[in-house]
Amino acid sequence: MLKELGLKSLDDLFQDIPEDLKPHRLLDIPEGKSEAEVERLIEEALQENFAPEPHRCFLGGGVWPHYVPALVDEVVSRQEFYTSYTPYQAEVSQGMLQALYEYQNLICDLTGMEIANSSMYDWTSAVGEACRMAVRITRRRKIVASRNCGPQRLEVLRTYCEPIGIEVIIVDYDLQKGCIDHTSFKEKVDEEVAAIYFENPSYFGIFEEQAEDVCRLAHQHGAIAIVGLDPTSLGVVKPPADYGADIVVGEGQSLGLHLNYGGPLIGIFAARGGQKVHRQMPGRIIGETITKDGARRCYTMVMQTREQHIRREEATSNICTNEALCAVAVATYLASLGSSGFRELGRRIMESSHYAAKKLGELEGVVSPYYAPFFKDFVVKFLEADPKKIYRNLPRYGVVGALPLGKNFPELSDAALFSATEVHLKSDIDLLCDAVKKELS
Amino acid sequence: MVFRQARWDEPLLIELSGEGRCGLALPSDPRLNKEVGDILETVPKHLRRANIKLPEVSQPQIIRHYTRLSQMNYSVDLGTYPLGSCTMKYNPKVIKRILSDPRFKTIHPEEPEECTQGVLKILFELGRMLAEIVGLPKFSLQPAAGAQGEFTGVLMIRAWLRDQGQLNIKNEILIPDTAHGTNPASASMAGFRVVEIPSTKEGFIDVEAVKAVAGRSTAGMMMTVPNTLGLFEKNVREVIGVIHDAGGLVYYDGANMNALIGRVRPGDIGFDIAHLNLHKTFGTPHGGGGPGAGPVFATEELGGYLPTPILEFDGNRYRWNYDRPKSVGRVRSYFGNIGVLLGAYIYGLLLGREGLREASALATLAANYLLSKLDRRYFDIHYPPNTRCKHEFVASTKALALDVAKLLLDYGVHPPTIYFPITIREAIMVEPTESESLEELDRYAEVLNRAARMAAEDPRAASEAPHNTSTTRVDEVRASHPRTIKVRW
Repeated sequence: MLKELGLKSLDDLFQDIPEDLKPHRLLDIPEGKSEAEVERLIEEALQENFAPEPHRCFLGGGVWPHYVPALVDEVVSRQEFYTSYTPYQAEVSQGMLQALYEYQNLICDLTGMEIANSSMYDWTSAVGEACRMAVRITRRRKIVASRNCGPQRLEVLRTYCEPIGIEVIIVDYDLQKGCIDHTSFKEKVDEEVAAIYFENPSYFGIFEEQAEDVCRLAHQHGAIAIVGLDPTSLGVVKPPADYGADIVVGEGQSLGLHLNYGGPLIGIFAARGGQKVHRQMPGRIIGETITKDGARRCYTMVMQTREQHIRREEATSNICTNEALCAVAVATYLASLGSSGFRELGRRIMESSHYAAKKLGELEGVVSPYYAPFFKDFVVKFLEADPKKIYRNLPRYGVVGALPLGKNFPELSDAALFSATEVHLKSDIDLLCDAVKKELS
Repeated sequence: MVFRQARWDEPLLIELSGEGRCGLALPSDPRLNKEVGDILETVPKHLRRANIKLPEVSQPQIIRHYTRLSQMNYSVDLGTYPLGSCTMKYNPKVIKRILSDPRFKTIHPEEPEECTQGVLKILFELGRMLAEIVGLPKFSLQPAAGAQGEFTGVLMIRAWLRDQGQLNIKNEILIPDTAHGTNPASASMAGFRVVEIPSTKEGFIDVEAVKAVAGRSTAGMMMTVPNTLGLFEKNVREVIGVIHDAGGLVYYDGANMNALIGRVRPGDIGFDIAHLNLHKTFGTPHGGGGPGAGPVFATEELGGYLPTPILEFDGNRYRWNYDRPKSVGRVRSYFGNIGVLLGAYIYGLLLGREGLREASALATLAANYLLSKLDRRYFDIHYPPNTRCKHEFVASTKALALDVAKLLLDYGVHPPTIYFPITIREAIMVEPTESESLEELDRYAEVLNRAARMAAEDPRAASEAPHNTSTTRVDEVRASHPRTIKVRW
């Protein structure tokens, strides 16, 4: 090849780079290694982790230990999906396009929304994008969000909004009940507010009984109601559309993704309000169409004029790479469960979480659950013990849990967040409670 | 080679549904039920769900469904995929095997740091390796993709300007007209006005144009090197100097870093902030559009502006530092797309110092070789004679680029990126990567020339391509037209 190009060495390919820009040394990184050595090296490093099995993990708050069906791993491992790019050429990418179209529709069916995109990076960036979308639609520049939302969600919301002068107002929750406070929303929601944001279930895991009232309040002032959620709750909670949500965001990790130390994740993003709203959506959207010869149903990316590669600085978002493969995992997961399985998932989660909350509440010096009614995550209050110590020491008993809340919620410095899912059987939960009991004594 | 893609009339999941089927039994424990009773009664009545409509399908139905769909999906494991600026290279299979290690995949991100020293060590070593490649010492692995890395970088420029008391004055980001769309979109998301810089006839940034607009209101500039025409910006240092003199910062978009590893370190030549696309340069798979990872790098002085938290090592323990008053804040949850980051680390270890440098050289060789094989009767090449492109090149088809692309599909290869950069008419942007063998490159050249000839000689026939794919030409206009758009089943 070099000869054909009239070159002597590979270095000749870089003659166009001025000499003074080239480094005068080799990179200070290790020599290449064989596959076997690399595998060994990584395994050695991974051995330093304490990676409990999902049923020994009682941490939640944004990602959760759930069972990932073998079928899901199998489907996303298929090299035809795994090693493909964004489906720019629809005719050779029908597989991915149909799979993503199905994902979008499953999300719409769960949330009651009209349209879903084919994924955002995660829940937090989905919140940021949703609020910016509301700003574009309403041409207003204030967001009102409840303080009992996930702290990272609120942090990212700020990162996404404040640089362009969108004011983010965080209103307090009901400190007694842990739920959103209609009154504190009412004080801040006016005709300048683009959107309100709350989560159902909230970061504390509780069902938001005032969800409908707060959405109505937003609508009364011409604002958009954005609801964040853990989709596994949708087997037992009605679709957010039914209580007034206009945009739904959430974390799809609970639907078939491994924890992977927190990533990749998948941000759910769905909305309603007609085409005017649809055209303000961020991210890739797949639609159904037909071939030009009219012979066949097929799928392709639609409304690309919203996107950065066409609209550039006027785009609705800069997102390009998303979490497509994770969307295929989510769709496979939902298809595996089906209607009855998905409802059963919600029930099983609640069985485990409620037994765990009850059992912990039986321990001396523990108030559990501190807030109710709840779904998967729940707050536990320690009357004497330091939750930080319990959190640090639980791994000694082979479990993890008790995420201290004080850092983000000073008023809950004596409390911790626990979580339990369908993977936790009675014996697992008993083991957790024994461990906490030993730590307390 | 004859290519026929599978053509299944595969129903939608919902059309496969048959009442009462379920593909998965959940773990259950009757003792739990006894302890808590009918738990659904605790869900507030007015919030309860009445009905759910999900597809009810069996496991065999599901696996057949997705296996059939996968057969209707082109991938780099099937053949050449030279999408310009997308870097579709081989993804080492050992990455996938390691990623399925339970000691990795079951780690919850909220575990105490004492429990995660192993993964933190990997992340720290990866950060150091990448920082050495980029030539900028400080890093954050948090951004989930290249575009999020750009957004982060521009936010850092913004935060830095605020600390300088310059934010009200400096509100413009300069971006070349050949830049990826994500650059202007990211700058605008971060609240800056975008000033487009024209390219010269040869395809380089017009230094005089930069000088003409750089000044009081310049916050910074975003540059992709080599640019999307595949050219190393020979005046890069001068441009950086102009921006620095104007009091702005310069951002390096690492989308095209696959051309330069070990050859140029962006930090050495004056860039202040940079990102890398690990799913491009570092061999992790694209998964049909994601996940990716877009770590960001900065100079010592600007390190404080990186997202929170930042990974630190005190010689003994690894820890996340959250106490960072200057930081732009968080751009996503937890610590990044760890699966992709781990994959990139494996890739870096496999290739090592020499291998990474050689990969860049071979990617550049492949692009130049393919360029030399283009039939000038059917392609216009805009480079001056004797130009060496880097890892990718751009040419114009004399026929419609779209038709050439669709004709190529029938030969079992993926077309190049088309109609980009937007400054070039009927553009094809070709990035073969180092993964393609000489035989594959020769074949690609042959079918590319053949397709371009066919499109020129018989535009009508070309407009009907492709024929051997899962579907014939998709009606894109109908797909997005307000009256015919269909996003619900």
